[in-house]
Amino acid sequence: MHGTRFSVAAAALVLLAATGAAGAATGNVLTVLTHSSFSASKGVIAAFEAEAGAKVRFVEGGDAGETLGKAILSRGNPIADVVFGIDNTFLGRALAADILEPLEVPIPATIPAALRLDASGRLAPIDVGYVCLNADRAWFARRGLALPETLEDLALPAYKGLLVVEDPAASSPGLAFLLATVARFGETGPRPWQRWWEDLRANDVLVASDWSDAYYNQFSATGSGRRPLVVSYATSPAAELFYAADPKPAEPPTVALPLDAAFRQVEFAGVLRGTRQPDLARHFVAFLLSRRFQEDIPLQMWVHPADAAARLPDLFTRFAAVPRSPVGFDPSLVDARRDAWIREWTRIVVK
Amino acid sequence: MRRGLAGRAAAGLAPLAFLGLFLFYPLARVLALGLGPLAAGGWAALAAASRDADLGGLLAGSGLQALASTAISLALGVPTAWVFARCEFPGRRALAAVLAVPFVLPAVVVAAAFTALGVPRGLGAVLAAHVFYNVSVVARIVGTSWATLDPRLGEAARLLGAPRGPRLAALTLRLLAPAIAAAGLLVFCYCFTSFGIILLLGGPGAATLETEIWRQAVRLADFGAAGLLALVQLAVTAVLMALYARLQRRLSAAMRQVPAAAARRRAPAGAAGTWQRVAVAVFGYGAAALVAVPLAAIVAGSLATPGGVGVGAWTSLFRNATGSLFWTSPLAAARSSLAFAAGALVAALAVGLPAAYAAAGAARREGRRPTGAGALLDLAVLLPLGTSAITLGFGFLVALDRPPIDLRASPLLVPIAHALVALPLVTRSLAGPIAALDPRLGEAAAALGAGRARAWRAVDLPVLGRAIASAAVFAFTVSIGEFAASSLLARPEFATIPVVIYTRLGTPGALNRGQAFAMSAVLMIVCALGVAAIERLRGRGAPGTEVL
Repeated sequence: MHGTRFSVAAAALVLLAATGAAGAATGNVLTVLTHSSFSASKGVIAAFEAEAGAKVRFVEGGDAGETLGKAILSRGNPIADVVFGIDNTFLGRALAADILEPLEVPIPATIPAALRLDASGRLAPIDVGYVCLNADRAWFARRGLALPETLEDLALPAYKGLLVVEDPAASSPGLAFLLATVARFGETGPRPWQRWWEDLRANDVLVASDWSDAYYNQFSATGSGRRPLVVSYATSPAAELFYAADPKPAEPPTVALPLDAAFRQVEFAGVLRGTRQPDLARHFVAFLLSRRFQEDIPLQMWVHPADAAARLPDLFTRFAAVPRSPVGFDPSLVDARRDAWIREWTRIVVK
Repeated sequence: MRRGLAGRAAAGLAPLAFLGLFLFYPLARVLALGLGPLAAGGWAALAAASRDADLGGLLAGSGLQALASTAISLALGVPTAWVFARCEFPGRRALAAVLAVPFVLPAVVVAAAFTALGVPRGLGAVLAAHVFYNVSVVARIVGTSWATLDPRLGEAARLLGAPRGPRLAALTLRLLAPAIAAAGLLVFCYCFTSFGIILLLGGPGAATLETEIWRQAVRLADFGAAGLLALVQLAVTAVLMALYARLQRRLSAAMRQVPAAAARRRAPAGAAGTWQRVAVAVFGYGAAALVAVPLAAIVAGSLATPGGVGVGAWTSLFRNATGSLFWTSPLAAARSSLAFAAGALVAALAVGLPAAYAAAGAARREGRRPTGAGALLDLAVLLPLGTSAITLGFGFLVALDRPPIDLRASPLLVPIAHALVALPLVTRSLAGPIAALDPRLGEAAAALGAGRARAWRAVDLPVLGRAIASAAVFAFTVSIGEFAASSLLARPEFATIPVVIYTRLGTPGALNRGQAFAMSAVLMIVCALGVAAIERLRGRGAPGTEVL
């Protein structure tokens, strides 16, 4: 009937464009699969394009978990040549799924050993974030309450109802913080990690579904929230200052707490197995490790560069200190125990 | 005659080809991938997986929540539909546009607005948000039927001595029952498969099948459990559709519809009775006010600064502060959103209109119990309602992966996915009015020598104008508010307004929060303007008809 011609025309158009898109995907275009938090300066990417004589096309796969899921599902016939954004909580899964080529890219000596978590040589550490508590400075000043110094403090009556955390079942920083507490308290002994979370539940800890919800809806420093303590990143106060509304304050409204539990979240890049341009892909990973890209990382992604020798912006040296002794984790242990820990946490804190 | 048959077959085949390629095939591929290994373990493995995923609890919990959400949405939406379809009052058009806005808002924005308003989390917040989203869906679908009900029915009932109040209401409800059932079904399915609102406003532990599918597939990489839950959700939806189809056949009375212009006998405000004035106050102004409060909270959020009120978030919207390659200006985002919405609108109508005709034709030919291809097509276009977004996104990835159809990273997938999501709304808006068309009029026009297209324009279009506009508004709003990045591969250079909102909310800082709210306000404005433009276009295409 009336719509028939439309449908046929639409179908023809779709097929035409599809073949066109397939044709354009090859040639000198490098496709990079990233999570949606990836960012880089225009000039930096343009420099790589000029140097490599290729165009870089980015596709975003959602959050870190969704991005990895898409890389795994397209195994063998990959949607991209390079994947960026697999972190150390997903590293075991990525390696087990066998989606990566051997890297054969030298890792700069100035990248600390603690970040080189893939012994099989398929993933290169690119950046590192530290998940830790952030506090609303003005709130604590108004109440005349001291900032908490240890995790145990958070279970004290003085800090009742002040903390919001993310659900580790649905959120990367939430999982990172849970792992930090598992490492800090251990799984055995008189006070294992479960005991601390039981105490926290009794002390009215609030669970938000993800970082945006915790930080923007529940945290008192950023909007309508009422909780002055939130699980976020060591760099969040620096970003708060950078993105403060006018008139800009001299110092950030928040502070990252030097508590005894921070999780070191390392993000990796690798070459996807089945790429038709492995050399160009390796070239791009080498570029991610170069000084130029490493020094672009802080203000673009609000995490630290993996390379300890990369120069940090003033904002970072002043307001984004690296926590004293961050917790790292053997990725294979995380992979083996993650689901069990999340289930147990859910039973203790939510159910 | 043969040409007519061929035309009918083509009308049914084109939508089937679209659904086959972009819905059934990707779903089959991804479900087989997930369920294959699980099914190899036999029934015991499936039963164990269902137990592990707490399938029973999920079904009961989501079902009750969706039932309550639907009941409240209908209770508010049906009177609202009457007020907007049958009463004349100052500001009617503007308020109708306001009512359409919630539908396009991403869950994260609605959750932020509700939180800013101090709504405590839990089932209450979920119900409130679902009603906030769906009152306009009910009002639009029921209102579309109401506006073309022949008012002479009421006059006839009065002439025959029926008491004015209750019996007329009962008669009207009886005639509107198919539209109310259709609206109820759609709302139930939306709430049953709700995702963002459940995660953000449900509080810890709140879940639906949809949130569990996402959690299993994305967080736990358990594609078996995810596939099982996705299949169950699809099956529940299919059963609901079948029940609905039976109910629909029982309910559909011999209702002939008339062009909206002829039906429109709006009582002017001055001549209205007391009850009507109360109804307009409660369901016209009241409903709009209820919807407007969270919208106002969003605008307020864009103007809030630590020091009071300021426009910093708005002025900084246009500044790429870090020179990022991934930064999107509001204009570019609006352009992408509008381009995708236009594509989705064309595709959804191109598929939905012939599908609705094919289904209606089958029903007419096969009497009251259509069983053939037309009836199947009628059900098939509703299946996207039960399809989880992450399943479809992963399905595109594994199914559309070889030339000539390697669409995995193509921006074309966005309007295609949006058209799929919009199809149930589009076909439900069109089904009732098309079924009520008098085929003899078309035959008469043909007998008088009018070509098919001309006969369609002269006979069908005037009656269907309102329904087509409704369908177009649905396709447009579905597309403009859809956050496709979570299920598809997103291309940063084509970032839409919702994608920009999510990006801003991913970085700390007062300006980012303010910009997310400001972009939400932009989204509201683009939505309202788009809806108004579609309604105006319709007004020009079919003279004599009016805006909802």
